Amino acid sequence: MRLERSEALARWLFILVLVGVPAGLFFATWQARQRGILVQAAMPENGGWSPEVLEAQVGVPLHIRLTSLDVLHGFAVGGIDAPHVEIEPGKISETTLVFHQPGRYVFYCTRWCGPNHWRMRGVIEVWGDSNPMPEVKPLYLQLGLDIDAVHRTEIVPIVTPSAAHGAALAAKLTIPEKYMLKETYLTHSPEQMWRSIRGESWAASLSAQDVWDLVAFMFFIQTSAQNLEQGEALYAANCAACHGERGDGRGDMSAYFAGGDRADADDAEHPLGHEATPPSNFTDREHMLAASPALLQGKIVRGGMGTGMPYWGPIFTDEQIWAIVAYLYTFQFDYGGLINE
Amino acid sequence: MHIELTALPGVKAVLRNRWWQFVLTLTTLAVFILAIVSGSVGTPVGSRNFAIVFVWILWWALLILLAVPFLGRAWCSICPIPAPGEWAQRGAILKPPVSNRARPLRRWAARWRNIWLQNAMFLLVALFSIVILTQPAVTSLVLLALLLLAIGVSLVYERRTFCRYLCPVGGFIGLYAQLSPLELRVKDTSICATHAEKLCYTGSAQGYGCPWMVFPAALKVNTNCGLCMECLRTCSLDNIAVNIRPIGDDLQRIGIGRMDEAYKAFIMLGSALVYVFVLLGPWGWLKRLAYSVGTLPWLGYALGFLLVLLVALPGLFALAVWLGNHLAKARGSLRRSFVTYAYSLIPLSLSAWIAFTLAFVFANLSYVWGVISDPLGVGWNLLGTADWGWQPYLTSLTPYLVSLVLMIGLVWSANHVAYLARQQLSPARALRQALPVIGYCLVYTLTLMGVLIL
Repeated sequence: MRLERSEALARWLFILVLVGVPAGLFFATWQARQRGILVQAAMPENGGWSPEVLEAQVGVPLHIRLTSLDVLHGFAVGGIDAPHVEIEPGKISETTLVFHQPGRYVFYCTRWCGPNHWRMRGVIEVWGDSNPMPEVKPLYLQLGLDIDAVHRTEIVPIVTPSAAHGAALAAKLTIPEKYMLKETYLTHSPEQMWRSIRGESWAASLSAQDVWDLVAFMFFIQTSAQNLEQGEALYAANCAACHGERGDGRGDMSAYFAGGDRADADDAEHPLGHEATPPSNFTDREHMLAASPALLQGKIVRGGMGTGMPYWGPIFTDEQIWAIVAYLYTFQFDYGGLINE
Repeated sequence: MHIELTALPGVKAVLRNRWWQFVLTLTTLAVFILAIVSGSVGTPVGSRNFAIVFVWILWWALLILLAVPFLGRAWCSICPIPAPGEWAQRGAILKPPVSNRARPLRRWAARWRNIWLQNAMFLLVALFSIVILTQPAVTSLVLLALLLLAIGVSLVYERRTFCRYLCPVGGFIGLYAQLSPLELRVKDTSICATHAEKLCYTGSAQGYGCPWMVFPAALKVNTNCGLCMECLRTCSLDNIAVNIRPIGDDLQRIGIGRMDEAYKAFIMLGSALVYVFVLLGPWGWLKRLAYSVGTLPWLGYALGFLLVLLVALPGLFALAVWLGNHLAKARGSLRRSFVTYAYSLIPLSLSAWIAFTLAFVFANLSYVWGVISDPLGVGWNLLGTADWGWQPYLTSLTPYLVSLVLMIGLVWSANHVAYLARQQLSPARALRQALPVIGYCLVYTLTLMGVLIL
C-alpha cells in the first residue's frame, strides 16, 4: 500500500515537471510580453529592428522592451527629448515614451554596431487629435541651394585662421553690423565672407590672412562653448566613424568606400554599395571653406543621395544640426584663446 | 586497497532507497526541460540563454571536472535523457516489478552490441558542435532529439539499450569511468556462481534486472556499469558492494581491450585537440569554417575533422606501436598491441578534456549568474543577479592548472605504457617498446599545451 502511494506521488511529481515546467515557462514568457511591446535589435545584415514600425497614441505611454540578438546596440528616437537606451545582447532594457504631437518619428541605433549600422532605423507612427509636428522647410530649401553641386574655392589661407587674432583686429576696426548677423553666417561660406570683406574699404589695409582671421572670428561669435561641445559629442557619436575623429574623412568605416581597404568587401557586409564615394574631408580647405552653414545643414538633413551619407533630418533637432555644423568649422578655424572666455 | 562504502552504516539503505535517485533524476529532468524550452523560445544570444550556459558551461564543467573523474558513471544514474523512456518501459517510476512484463521487448542486434554506434553518434554531434554550442535553438533541438530517441528506443528495445549502445555521452563516460575511484562489484564471485536465480540480472520484487544488461559477477571494469543500484536492491545474498578503490584500477586489467573502445580513445583525444584549435586557438578563419555548416568549406572542415580523429591520430599511434614492436623485437600482432596500448591514452585524453574545459569554463562561468536570474531572457531578475556582468575567474591561475592537468595526464599515460610493456617484455626491451608510444603522448601534450597556454 505504501509502495502504491509512493508510486502515485512519483507519477504526480513527474507529470508536474513534464507539464508544469514548460507550461509555467510559456506562461511566464507570455506574461512578460504583456508588459510592453518587445523590440528586438540586430545588426542590419541580421534583420535590423523587429518590428520596424510601432504605433502609439498621443499622450498614451508607449512601453517598449528592448533586447539585442547579437551585439551592443542603442535606442533613441529622433525629434523628442528622451534619453538613449543601451541594449545589451540577451538582456531586456525598458523605456517608456510619451508623444505630445502626432507624426512619424524615427527611432535608430545609437551604437556603431557594424558596417551597416546607419541602416538601423524604424518608425513610430503617432496618432492623435492634437496638432501635428509643424513642418518647417530647412534653410537650404528656403534658399534653393543645390547641395549636390561641387563646391570648391581657390582662395585659401596659408595657415589656419585664428579667431583670437580676428577678435583683436575686430576690436580695432569698425565692422559693419551685417557681418555679425546670424543670417549672414548661415547663408555665407567662409570664402564668400572673405571675398565680401576683401572688397570693403575699411579692410583695405588688412592682409589676406588677416581677413581669414576676421572670418574665423565672425564664425566663432555665432556659436558658443556649449554649442561646440554638443556638436563635438554628436559628431563623435554619429559622424566620426566615417569622417574620422579629426574630420579627415578617414574614419574606420571609410575603408568600405571607394578607394578604401575594404571597398571590395562582400555585398552582404558592404554598408553603402560599392559605388559609395569617400566621406568628406573636413580638413580640406578648398572644400570646406566653400561651404556655407546652410549647405552643410542640407547635406546633414537630406543625406548624400547615393554617396553613402545617411540622412539625419528625422533624427536630429534643428539645434543639434546647427551645433554639428558649428563644430565642423573647428576643423578649419582655430578658436583657441577664445573658446574658454 | 578497497574501502567498501556499502559496509558503512546506513550507506546501503540510502543507496537501495529509490527516492533519492528519483528526486535527483526529476530535478535534472526539470532542468533539461527548462533547457529545451529556453533554447527554443528564449533569447538567441548564447551567453544569455539558459540552454547554452547551463548545458555547455555548467553541466559540462561539472561532468568533466568532477563527476566523471571522481564518480565515473554516477551521472548516468540520474541522467534525465533515458528516464522518461525507462519509466514508460517499466510502467512504473518507483514501484519494482510485480511480475514479468506481458510484452517482451527486443534485444539489440548482436552485431551492434558494441560502442561503434555510440562513436558515430558522438562524431555526428561533434561535427556540428560549434553551431550546437553557440545557438540555443540548435542545442534545444539536439536535447529534444536525444530525449525522443531515448524514449523510442526504450519502448522497442529492452532495458537501457539507448544508454549502452547509442548515447553519444555515455560512450566516453564509460571509457573514463575506468579511471574512477568508485566501483560497484560483487563481493564474492563464487557466491554468484552457485546462485541459480541470478536475480541481479533477471530482477525480483525488490528491483529490476540490470538495466545495463551486465551480469554483475562478470563485471571487471566500470565501462558498462551505470551505478543505478538495481543489483544492490535485487541481490538476495548481500553480495554487491560499492567500493572506493585506487584510481585507474581498471586499466591494470590487460587483455580485455576492444577495437571500438580503442577508437573511442582516439575520438576523444582527437576531438579535444580539434576543439582546442578551433574554439580556443587564435585562428578566426578556422572558427568561421567550423561554423559555416552546410557549405563547401565546412565539408572540408568536416572531412579534416574526421581524418584527424579516425585516420591521422590512430595511424600515427599505430606507427608508434609498430616502431616500438620493431625496436623491442616484440612478437604478436600489431592489431593486438594497438588496442592494448590505446587504453593507455585514456588518462591523456581525459586530461586533455579537463584542460580544455578549465581553459574556457573559468572565463565563462560568470554567465551563469545572469542566466539563473533570467533563464528565458524576458527581463526577470529572480535572484538579483541578472545584471552581473561578464567576469572571467582565475585567469592568472588557469594556465598553471591547465599545464598541471596535462602533465598529470602525460605522466599517467606514459607510466601505463611502461607498465604494459613491462608485463610482456624484459625491462630493456620494454623501454624500447614504450618509448615511441610515450613520444606520441608527449607530442600530443606539447601541441595541446602550446595552443592552450601560448
